[in-house]
Amino acid sequence: MEIEPVIGLEVHVELATKSKMFCGCPTTFGGTPNSQVCPVCLGLPGVLPVVNREAVKIGIKTALALNCKINRYTLFDRKNYYYPDLPKNYQISQQYHPLGVEGWVDIEVDGVWKKIRIHNIHLEEDAGKNVHEEGKNYSLVDLNRAGIPLLEIVTYPDMRSLKELEVFMNTLRMILIYIGASDCKMEEGHLRFEANISVRRKGEEKLGPKVEMKNLNSFKIVLRAVEYEIKRQSELLEKGEKILQETRLWDEERGISLPMRFKEEAQDYRYFPEPDIPPLNIPEEWIEEIKKELPELPHIKKKRFKEELGLGEKEAETLVSDVELAKFFEETLKVYKNVRNLVNWMVGPVLRELNERKISISESPLTPERLIKIMEMVEKNLITQTNAKYCLREVFETGKEPEEIVKEKGWIQVMDAGEIERWVEEAIKGNPKAVEDYRKGKKQALSFLIGQVMKLSRGKANPQKVREILESKLG
Amino acid sequence: MREELCHQPAHVLRELLIKGEINYSDILSSLIKTIEEKEKDIHAFITLRLEEAMEEAKELDKIKERESLPYLAGIPIAIKDNICTEGILTTCASKILANFIPPYDATVIERIKKEKMVIIGKTNLDEFAMGSSTENSAFGPTKNPWDLKRVPGGSSGGSAAALIGGETILALGSDTGGSIRQPASFCSITGLKPTYGRVSRYGLVAFASSLDQIGPMGKDVEDVYLLLKIIGGKDSRDSTSLPHPLPQEALKGSIKGKVLGIPKEYLKEGVDEEVIKVVNKAGEIFKKMGAEVKEITLPHTEYSVACYYIIAPSEASSNLARYDGVQYGYRVKELSGEGNPIVEMMERTRDEGFGSEVKRRIMLGTFALSRGYFEAYYLKAQKVRSLIKNDFEEAFKECDCILAPVSPTPPFKIGEKIADPLKMYLSDIFTIPANLAGLPSLSLPGGFTQNGLPVGIQLIGKPLDEYTILDVGFAFQKETDFHKRRPVWR
Amino acid sequence: MDEVKHIALLSRLKLTPEEIDLYSKQLERILEYIEKLKEVNTENVPPTFYPIPLENVWREDKVTRPFPVDKTLSNAPERSKTYFKVPRIIE
Repeated sequence: MEIEPVIGLEVHVELATKSKMFCGCPTTFGGTPNSQVCPVCLGLPGVLPVVNREAVKIGIKTALALNCKINRYTLFDRKNYYYPDLPKNYQISQQYHPLGVEGWVDIEVDGVWKKIRIHNIHLEEDAGKNVHEEGKNYSLVDLNRAGIPLLEIVTYPDMRSLKELEVFMNTLRMILIYIGASDCKMEEGHLRFEANISVRRKGEEKLGPKVEMKNLNSFKIVLRAVEYEIKRQSELLEKGEKILQETRLWDEERGISLPMRFKEEAQDYRYFPEPDIPPLNIPEEWIEEIKKELPELPHIKKKRFKEELGLGEKEAETLVSDVELAKFFEETLKVYKNVRNLVNWMVGPVLRELNERKISISESPLTPERLIKIMEMVEKNLITQTNAKYCLREVFETGKEPEEIVKEKGWIQVMDAGEIERWVEEAIKGNPKAVEDYRKGKKQALSFLIGQVMKLSRGKANPQKVREILESKLG
Repeated sequence: MREELCHQPAHVLRELLIKGEINYSDILSSLIKTIEEKEKDIHAFITLRLEEAMEEAKELDKIKERESLPYLAGIPIAIKDNICTEGILTTCASKILANFIPPYDATVIERIKKEKMVIIGKTNLDEFAMGSSTENSAFGPTKNPWDLKRVPGGSSGGSAAALIGGETILALGSDTGGSIRQPASFCSITGLKPTYGRVSRYGLVAFASSLDQIGPMGKDVEDVYLLLKIIGGKDSRDSTSLPHPLPQEALKGSIKGKVLGIPKEYLKEGVDEEVIKVVNKAGEIFKKMGAEVKEITLPHTEYSVACYYIIAPSEASSNLARYDGVQYGYRVKELSGEGNPIVEMMERTRDEGFGSEVKRRIMLGTFALSRGYFEAYYLKAQKVRSLIKNDFEEAFKECDCILAPVSPTPPFKIGEKIADPLKMYLSDIFTIPANLAGLPSLSLPGGFTQNGLPVGIQLIGKPLDEYTILDVGFAFQKETDFHKRRPVWR
Repeated sequence: MDEVKHIALLSRLKLTPEEIDLYSKQLERILEYIEKLKEVNTENVPPTFYPIPLENVWREDKVTRPFPVDKTLSNAPERSKTYFKVPRIIE
């Protein structure tokens, strides 16, 4: 029996705001426990929430980037449940009128484009963190994270394979970074996932019982957990055994999923509109303003690079995956038209320099003008390709202009036939065996001789010119 | 004169202070004397800070230029114990917060401190403001100074009793379904529930968020107005607070030509005869002063109690979820060792920490919001609420403000209604509608029963129209002296 | 009865059997009274979640100074360093 997995994802994104969703506490990661809190995010008796406008803006921006319809009339609702890291024992979220609905993300898997539909995106506040130490009969609660703005993105169960899941997560992450919604630093918990997995016989329309897996906090873990769960459910389905609709926990160490130890009562969140926060009525002008701020999205850009500029999959992916790199590339293309050469330089030497120094291109001394200068000097035969790479390195090291560097180092190539002839003569005189080998038909001998001339010229001779003159002299 | 300072309103005391006839500490002394004499019987306070208050008064005494001080500087004020005061115990009359000391001040407290008023203590209430008699306090009931066997009303019973008992000059209360107005009526003092959003709720321990309001309580309308102007106004920390400026005009008592409407549904059977008599008499007095008094209709009145007793408990069940022993308050320490320890701790902390009325309302609210019942209960009630609100909008097309009773009965005996929750709820029928509609409403002394028990009258106004009801009330107090009577202490 | 037990669970209240009995009776009576609302025709009537209409109340994304840790923990029933300490949480 052919079994098809049906996967949906709920993504929680910590937004890149300076302050929390409903109070002015800072959102920076890793502070002393309970040092970034105030009466409001602590949920002390008597406190009230006040909405962070920037979070709403980012929410709208993201909704637009995901092709959602914006609910101009949107409000907050209380989601009531008890947990020690939830100070008020309710979370201010959105249920009845979320910020954005019915959107989609285009993903490309093995050359085929597919839409993964978004059910809704909504704003909410994050909970704190519970810390459990092995063998202790107590737990510890840190509320620094409580109240940080979250955007929850809920997909339809449109994914049908692990590959689709992976591509979707990567695409979404890229979009979020591009529009500045979040830095998506996984190690700081900026992105968290909950997956819904079910299986069914291929061709079947009805959905199988859904298993939810929460707190999957890295791409690897999501893929591992979903893969395991698909396997587990598929085996049950094949045997004709019952699959329970439940929430399961992923045990990363053992690599298995487990049912929750204490069966949660069929969760009844008793949603009702948040009385402490008047509804939002998003002005049309604001949406238009934000639309204008939207950059071209990464997967669209990648498609364009491949189709219009002829880039290959990998190079397009590389250039697009770094916002600054993509920007630099496009800036340069405004004046420099040799796309292929530029691509080679950027995914090759330039990227190498950046990775070695662990900096982004905007932090480096390299500008489009400087890169163009280097590439043009090679094209005009003023310097060799090799020296050009050294020149690039020097720009990174010293921040000096390429022409200055080339002059200082004396890398300007010699093109003068007369000078080259002299070196060629010397090389021929000094390497009779090679000359003989060449005349006998050994092509490698020519390369050797060229090398000798280069040595004599201390790298300054233009290799093509050397070859020309050698060939003509040797006959 | 000195002994009676404790019974004077703030605006009278201010005159004396400016003239130099009395000192700030004299006012405190008068209050302290009364408290020492009567508090053990009245039990209006949960916490007193008389020493600190006296020190603050003495500091003010040193200041030569009294005119340079804020208007209500040095006036002692009692705060209902569900309003957060930094460094001062705030219990909400509950075991679950019996040891809670807020690390911050409510906005109204910040404003009172800026005015250099002197906080003398925190007053008793029904636990978490849930109740109409102050019998639901974990620390024992407050007694009505007019008759110690009777309730002072609730939930702001402590504030009302302290005012009429001469234990404070001004007070703050909170009103969700009548909790300022009904005790004001039962104790014969003046209390205002402002328009919803007029006064910041930041720092008021939430009961029902869409109904709660903090309000001023005092010995007469003038004092209530003075206090409103200090505590009211936009607060950026309360998203539901209104940006509209407060009225500043002085009260004139201009009643001529004003139209007062009496809802025909309010003076029906089930209302005590003496209450009806007082309201009708008040109508006559207003007519004599030149107002027009007519009958109006509020057709959905009979549904207000049912509507309120779904909405308020629903919001309360969510607002009170935070009391779980994790960060503050009471926590059960001895656990059974079975099951999920954290869950057991929370469940038992809440069961032991909350009183029965609170638990009842939490369960009622949880039920009304639960899956399968949300539409039929919570949503339905919010729709009926729209109809009730609309009744008022229609009525205000025919009158400037509404004259009504506050409670269907005069003050009842302690223990009389407490065993029957529904009976207690039904006594809120005249105060609840103003909360549902968000309207301002004033309760002031309207008269007395044959047995000498106070009966208050209510003036309900249009949204943001505190001025009209205060001015009409001011006129009434110029014409009558009910508000000047004090209980005879046996 | 079962209804009351379920509600108590959702409300995190560990009721004694006597309480369950008492509250069942009282709540039943109250709910009976509330049935009154069914008499009202609310077709096409919008709910009033917010008594006084306001909209778009928000604040700028500015950081304010957080609370000192000692103040935050001042009412904590139990603490460990700067954490709140609670009985073991089992997933």
